[in-house]
Amino acid sequence: MSTTEILFFFLSALAIFSAIMVLISKNPIYSVLWLVVTFFAISGHYILLNAQFLAIVNIIVYAGAIMVLFLFVVMLMNLNQQNEPQKGLWMKVAGVVSGGCFLMVFVSLVRQAVDLRTKVAMTTGGDIGLIKNLGRVLFNDYVVPFEITSVLFLSAMVGAIVMGKKD
Amino acid sequence: MTLLSLDMLLVLEKLILIIIIVFASLGIALYTTFAERKVAAILQDRPGPERAGPFGLFQPLADGLKLIMKEEIIPSSSNKALFILGPGLAMTAALMTCAVIPWGSTVHLFGREIDLQIADINIGILYVFGVVSLGVYGIMIGGWASNNKFSLMAALRGASQAISYELAMGIALIALLMTTNTLSLREIVNQQMAPGHLWNIAYQPLGFLLFFICAMAECNRTPFDLPEAENELNFGYHQEYSSMKLGFYLFSEYINMIMSSAIMASLYFGGFDIPFFDEKILPQNMAALVGVGALLIKIVIFIFIFMWIRWTIPRFRYDQLMNLGWKSLIPLALANMLATGAWILYHG
Repeated sequence: MSTTEILFFFLSALAIFSAIMVLISKNPIYSVLWLVVTFFAISGHYILLNAQFLAIVNIIVYAGAIMVLFLFVVMLMNLNQQNEPQKGLWMKVAGVVSGGCFLMVFVSLVRQAVDLRTKVAMTTGGDIGLIKNLGRVLFNDYVVPFEITSVLFLSAMVGAIVMGKKD
Repeated sequence: MTLLSLDMLLVLEKLILIIIIVFASLGIALYTTFAERKVAAILQDRPGPERAGPFGLFQPLADGLKLIMKEEIIPSSSNKALFILGPGLAMTAALMTCAVIPWGSTVHLFGREIDLQIADINIGILYVFGVVSLGVYGIMIGGWASNNKFSLMAALRGASQAISYELAMGIALIALLMTTNTLSLREIVNQQMAPGHLWNIAYQPLGFLLFFICAMAECNRTPFDLPEAENELNFGYHQEYSSMKLGFYLFSEYINMIMSSAIMASLYFGGFDIPFFDEKILPQNMAALVGVGALLIKIVIFIFIFMWIRWTIPRFRYDQLMNLGWKSLIPLALANMLATGAWILYHG
């Protein structure tokens, strides 16, 4: 087993375990923290694919900014087991069954997809994820979607300020 | 059967480097606490700690021993797991930054070329940003887990302050990166060492000023130490902490200070470059060692400036802090970025 494989299996196990912990933690604060761990594991996968920029941006944006805001909200609302609405047993069983069915469909879809079957993840050769190449691609081939996204961001920011403003 | 195809010597080399750098940082941080008290004493015209050992040099050891020997108290109404996790996270985030700082050029030892840097990754400075943005977790988790309203309020203040100033810091940095064309800290330093190229401070004076102010805010140093404003919040986010957990929080502040000084020295002041001197005339190992010394001197100067400001300027009010961050620093940083962009477009 090569180092890459060991790292891959370790990171995958970590990602799945922490994702499950997000779901089954009773305390919302723990859920948020486990989600941060999940993001770290996924960033690790990005690094294995040599997409360093994506990995670090994933950490800065999701773990560093968005999850901190989540943590803010959860701490200020002081959510805990006592005032969280308890779901009935049947509801939980139905949730597990439908979630499991979805997982099965999803896995079989990914395994059988024609587009994915012949492709192998480039763990060492790929360098499209490096910041230089990514920047070239973004500003040459995908410049229109990129600019549209920035307009979308701007409108979201303006919207947030309008909503947050006292009147 | 080979289980792992790794260059074991490389692993060993990096491991030794990590151990040296981490312990050196801790050692310097230990004596930074002493320096802080001495600088405060000098600025306030009093002798400062002088009893333990010659010139009071053993004072930090006595302080550390005192912290370790104190009773460990975990409040019964706190969230125990997170209460313990908080200081650990603060310390880890503080120490993780040292991985990408180039501490010196290359040393030639035992037939190997050893870079005095743990990892030269091509996203170096973004990595620093990622780690800095994680530093908030230590404060927030510790403050919330203490189950004390003052701690929680301090933690919220600390987190919002860190997020606000990170923005201005990032924009100030973008302007610098536009001139350097690389994110690797080692390459940035090498560019500044090249003959005919001045230190980046000459090209980005406003950017440096903004970066410096934001770094001060990120380290929670006075005048930005709102999270530990005693007169409003008793003691801040680490109010419920005692013994070495409190020590970790206090210590991580000093480590943050050292790391941000090292980053500023590398980004704007040539890193391990010695001014007005060509390192190439020295033998390789000698040049590397002298370079490490030069970087350390720059770090010490920055730390002194941090302390000087702490003991001179009083603390901001909270609204002043937010106004400065959002209404002054961010517009200035944006203007700096636009000016740099225009300059590159027309002259570059």
